[in-house]
Amino acid sequence: MNAGTRFAIGAVLIVGSVGYLMASGVKQTGQYFLTPSELSQKIAVDPSFYNVGMKVGAHVVPGSVTRDVATQTLRFQITDGSARYTVLYHGLPPDTFNDSVEVVVEGRLHKEDGVLYATNVLAKCGSRYEAVPKA
Amino acid sequence: MTILGGVCLWLAFLVGIWGALAGFVGGLQGRPDLQHSARHAVFAMCGALLVAVFSLEWALFQHDFNVEYVAAYTSRNLPIFYTWSALYAGQKGSLLFWATVLSLFGSLALLLTARRHRELLPYVAGVVCTVATFFISVMLFGQANPFHRLAYTPLDGNGLNPQLQNPGMVFHPPMLYLGYISITIPFAFAMAALISKRLDVDWLVAIRKWTLLSWLFLSIGICLGMWWAYVELGWGGYWAWDPVENASLLPWLTMTAFLHSVMIQEKRGMLKKWNLALIIGSWLLSIFGTFITRSGVISSVHSFTQSSVGYFFLFFLIAAAVASFAVYASRLPLLTAEARLESMVSREASFLFNNLLFVGIAFSVLWGTLFPILSELVQGTKVTVGPPFFNQVNIPLGLALLGLTGIGPLIAWRRASLPNLRRQFAVPVTAGVFTVLVLLVGGMRDLYAVMAIGLGGFVTATVVQEFGRGAGARHRQYGEAYPLALGRLLARNRRRYGGYIVHVGIVILFIAFAGMAFKTETEATLRPGEAATLRSPYGWTYRFTHLGVSQYDALNRQVTAAALEIERNGKRLGVLTTEKRQHVDGLGRPTFQPSTEVGIRSDLREDLYVVLAGLVNGTEQAVFRFTINPLVWWVWYGGMIVALGGLIVMWPGGGSPAVKRTQAGYAVRLVEDVKA
Repeated sequence: MNAGTRFAIGAVLIVGSVGYLMASGVKQTGQYFLTPSELSQKIAVDPSFYNVGMKVGAHVVPGSVTRDVATQTLRFQITDGSARYTVLYHGLPPDTFNDSVEVVVEGRLHKEDGVLYATNVLAKCGSRYEAVPKA
Repeated sequence: MTILGGVCLWLAFLVGIWGALAGFVGGLQGRPDLQHSARHAVFAMCGALLVAVFSLEWALFQHDFNVEYVAAYTSRNLPIFYTWSALYAGQKGSLLFWATVLSLFGSLALLLTARRHRELLPYVAGVVCTVATFFISVMLFGQANPFHRLAYTPLDGNGLNPQLQNPGMVFHPPMLYLGYISITIPFAFAMAALISKRLDVDWLVAIRKWTLLSWLFLSIGICLGMWWAYVELGWGGYWAWDPVENASLLPWLTMTAFLHSVMIQEKRGMLKKWNLALIIGSWLLSIFGTFITRSGVISSVHSFTQSSVGYFFLFFLIAAAVASFAVYASRLPLLTAEARLESMVSREASFLFNNLLFVGIAFSVLWGTLFPILSELVQGTKVTVGPPFFNQVNIPLGLALLGLTGIGPLIAWRRASLPNLRRQFAVPVTAGVFTVLVLLVGGMRDLYAVMAIGLGGFVTATVVQEFGRGAGARHRQYGEAYPLALGRLLARNRRRYGGYIVHVGIVILFIAFAGMAFKTETEATLRPGEAATLRSPYGWTYRFTHLGVSQYDALNRQVTAAALEIERNGKRLGVLTTEKRQHVDGLGRPTFQPSTEVGIRSDLREDLYVVLAGLVNGTEQAVFRFTINPLVWWVWYGGMIVALGGLIVMWPGGGSPAVKRTQAGYAVRLVEDVKA
């Protein structure tokens, strides 16, 4: 067996392990990224979507934010215009969070109360590095 | 002044089109007059763009808020230090910055290589003009003209986003851009070599320094970005696998691969196709990076804006990829290797594996970054992958690469013999095994961390051994004292030993990354006088006592600061403050969201990282997040050492024929030394 063939075997091993790591990585860590209406459609078709880790991107409903700083609990509603969900988040929201931003909420939808229990909240707007255009 | 700027943009645009045409046509038809004209077009474009930059800066400093860009990114109370950096704070200005710097680099490349690469230069000018013209056309036709005027004049501007008001952010974007931009020069030379069919080693020599320069800028830019994210964003880490971060890592990975594989082409005449593909790929990735940053196509916490600019970039990216790979494909028959791989146990083979790993990592990062888009296209549902994916894939690949960092430089070219292997690897392998044992005895159980630090010990030992042997040989041959021998060794073989210094920096970075496996954090709501405790990975107990909150106005912001007293194992260390800032405009109205000023106390072992999350109902009762991040300082040290090594490799001189002859003689002596 010459060096070229041996190298080819080594190369296939490397490429194969990169491929394997990527495939298993996607399988184990991939999360659905849905809008509220996509989520409500999915739930309607397939109830097993409850309690699955996912990300939901939507606008915060203005005026829906209630904070309890002492227990670090944040409750707010998100919507994309049609469907609407209540989010409960325990922890520190990002600086840029307020009731007029777009957020990405990472968490699980509980079947019992229909509330999205968030493990992470990302605010999208402020980190665009641009001021919000004044209306 | 802005009229002048606008006119200069148009001038640069027209000159750029002419330069591109003249360059390609002049090169293909061999017409010296057109070639000459193309060269001058690059200079003229550079001049026009510099005037445009000057007039934009003028408008910024004059607070000419009638100019939309000035109103959008500055305000009267913005510190001067940040006013000029507003040039690249927004999309429009950074497009101007891109085009200007590219024309500047292009002019430099044409001036510096005027005699040596005459046949390549018209095409180089043509490529530079084409790329720069694209950026100018985005400004002119993509509604991104930085000189656009408003219908009215606001009293004050919006001000600069407070997250950008940080020294790291003043230098991070330009460094990254300089890296992205300067890849265009090696790309231009590669295309020139392909078109003119002059595919000998000549073009490689012409671009080696440019590739290094670009690599150096990217490395520094990435490190500054990590630093900025760490001190400014307040989420407690320095790398989040955000699309924009990934976009800067991608060309860095492929260029690092190139800087290694190019040695094989120089030494052995192999890998010609591969190297060209890496250069073209790196350039496309740098355009892709700019595209990602500027278009917001992938929902990212970083994306600046969603705009039509994205389509311009997408079109350009596709057109450029098709065009450059078409030229590449048409020249493939000319790119045959002059030698074959002789043995798996050779430096060539280890470099090939290193390249595969670099490209594999780059591919997986690209895949993960694009996965939301790809999955939506294929399945109709967006699926995202986050840091767990990137860590799961890249930690094993990175560790394999770290191992090769030690193996590659020690193994002989062509075919390594068993005695050679024994001689080279006995000490480093022992050092690596010893490091692992020490860690295990010390109680470390995290597999990846143990592997990273163990491999770090191995690689460090290889570098020390190389320096030691080189200095020892000089000591014996010339009777130089060891420090002098070491200095001369480095000065006379900058490429090799500078490269080793980069490796040391990389080892330090890996060890620092491994440290983050032991990060601990806690959150607490404290009244003044109350305390929270946190146990560090070294087994110490930290106690944070809330001393109180003060509120005051500073230049362009209202500050809420909390002070905490820190004790370690009962011993007082000092006071740490952490702030929440609300920036205000000239009339005292709040602008932007509040921002966090993290309280950080660093030493070589660990960082205390304290974030003030907020006050409870306006009282002094405050919510904090306390994080202990081990070994963070070593990230910054590692980055600095990488940059230092890169500078040494790049440093001009040291290559005169006389020096080379001395080196040859020295190499002969060294071989005799080994045989003896």
